[in-house]
Amino acid sequence: MGLSRRPDAATVQVSSGGDPWVATRLDFLVNWARANSLWPMPFGTACCAIEFMATAASRFDLARFGMERQSFSPRQADVLICAGRVPFKLAPVLRRIWQQMPQPKWCISMGSCASSGNGIFDNYAVVQGIDTIIPVDVYVPGCPPRPEGLMYGILLLQKKVMNERAADKSLRNEMEPDPRSQLYIPPSVIDEVSEPFGNSVHQTRSGL
Amino acid sequence: MSTSFGPVIPGSALPQEASAAATPKSVPHRGGAANPSAEALRQRFASSVKSVSVVWGETTIVVEGGQLLEIVRWLHDDSSQQYNYLSDITAVEFRDLEQPLEVVWHLRSLPFRRFLRLKVLLQKGMPLEVPSVWSVYRAADWMERECYDMFGIRFTGHPDLRRLLMWEQYKEGYPLRKDFPLRGRFSRSEQLRQALAANPEARYSKEELSIAQAFEDLPDDMRRRLNAGEKTGE
Repeated sequence: MGLSRRPDAATVQVSSGGDPWVATRLDFLVNWARANSLWPMPFGTACCAIEFMATAASRFDLARFGMERQSFSPRQADVLICAGRVPFKLAPVLRRIWQQMPQPKWCISMGSCASSGNGIFDNYAVVQGIDTIIPVDVYVPGCPPRPEGLMYGILLLQKKVMNERAADKSLRNEMEPDPRSQLYIPPSVIDEVSEPFGNSVHQTRSGL
Repeated sequence: MSTSFGPVIPGSALPQEASAAATPKSVPHRGGAANPSAEALRQRFASSVKSVSVVWGETTIVVEGGQLLEIVRWLHDDSSQQYNYLSDITAVEFRDLEQPLEVVWHLRSLPFRRFLRLKVLLQKGMPLEVPSVWSVYRAADWMERECYDMFGIRFTGHPDLRRLLMWEQYKEGYPLRKDFPLRGRFSRSEQLRQALAANPEARYSKEELSIAQAFEDLPDDMRRRLNAGEKTGE
C-alpha cells in the first residue's frame, strides 16, 4: 500500500505508545481517511463567514484538503466551523447543532469573536468565546482571519486528527458536567475567583 | 387605513416645476425654513405642539404624548400632508437625572418630498408610556417592539408588545438605558446558564407557528409542550 513509508507514520507510532503494531496501522489508516475527508458545517454569523466563503471558493479552494462538500446539515458533517460572534440568543442553537453532529466531530473556532468575544464585543449580548458552549479543537485568530489563516487552522486540525487513537475513548466522550464530581466547580465560585479579570476569564467553561 | 396599494410617485403632489428632486445646498445649521407641516400642525393642534425647531434643514416638532396618535393619523390621512412612510421609531436617553427621555418618530411624505421628526418627552420617574401608531402604520409593529425591548417604553395599543432582539424571558432589564451596565447585570456564567436553558424550538409561539403553517410539522412532543403554553427559557 505504500502508506507505511510516509513520514507521518513515525509520528503516529511515537504518539501511540505501547499499542500493538496492528492497532497503530489501523489507527493510521482510519485517521488518514478521516483527516482527508473532513466535511465542514459552516456556522457563519458575521464577517468571518465572508472569509470562509472566500476560502471555499475557487481561488483558495478548500476542496484541496478534502473539504469538497460543504455540509449544510449537521447530521452529515465532521467539522463545525463557527465563523463570527455568537449572541446569547444563538447559544442554545449552536449547542443543539453540535449535539446533532455524529461522532467523530471536531470544531474550529474561526476569528477572534468566536474564540474570545474579541474584546470589543465584551457586552451584554455576546457569548465570550464559543468554548463556553461547545468544545473547540482549533482556534483561528484574526479579525477576520485571512483564508490562509483558516487553511492553516484546517491543516492543524488534520494534524490533530492524524494523532488520534481509536483506543482512546475519552476523545469521543460527550458529557454534561456532573455536579457530584469533585472536579465540578459551581458557576458562583468561578465568578468569585475570576472576579478581577475581565472578558473571557470572567466565565465558566462548560466542561463539555 | 387604506387597503389599496397604488403606485407611490415621489413628488407627485408638488407643482410641476418643483417636482424634480434636488439636493438642498448651503443649509444652515440652525434655523431656516421649517417644514410647512409644522405650521399646519400648530394651527390644528395648537395645544399639543410644544416647540418647533429646524436643525440642518430638518424640522423637529415636540408634541404632547397624549395627542400623538391623533396627530400622526392626521398627518397620514390628510390630503395636504400625506405622510405615507414611517421610516423609524427610536428613543434617546441622556445621561442626566433631570432631562427627560425622548421618543422619536421619523415620518416621510413621499408625494410632498417632506421629512418630519416628531418627539415626545417622557419625564424620568413617570411611567414610560406613549400611544402606539400601529393602527396607522403597520410598519410600526417591530419598531415599537424593538424600542420596548431596548428602552422599556410601553406603546399602549400595540397588539403584541414583546421583546424583539433579546429573548422573551430576558430578565436583566433594558440594554440601551443609561443605568444598564455594558456587560449586563448578571455574571457571565449566569447569563450563559440562562441562555442555554432556552429551548430552540420554543423560540416561536404556537400562534406564530400556526400562522406560518409550521405548527403541524413539529414533532408530537413539541406540539404537546407548546400547547401546554411552554415558553422560551426559564
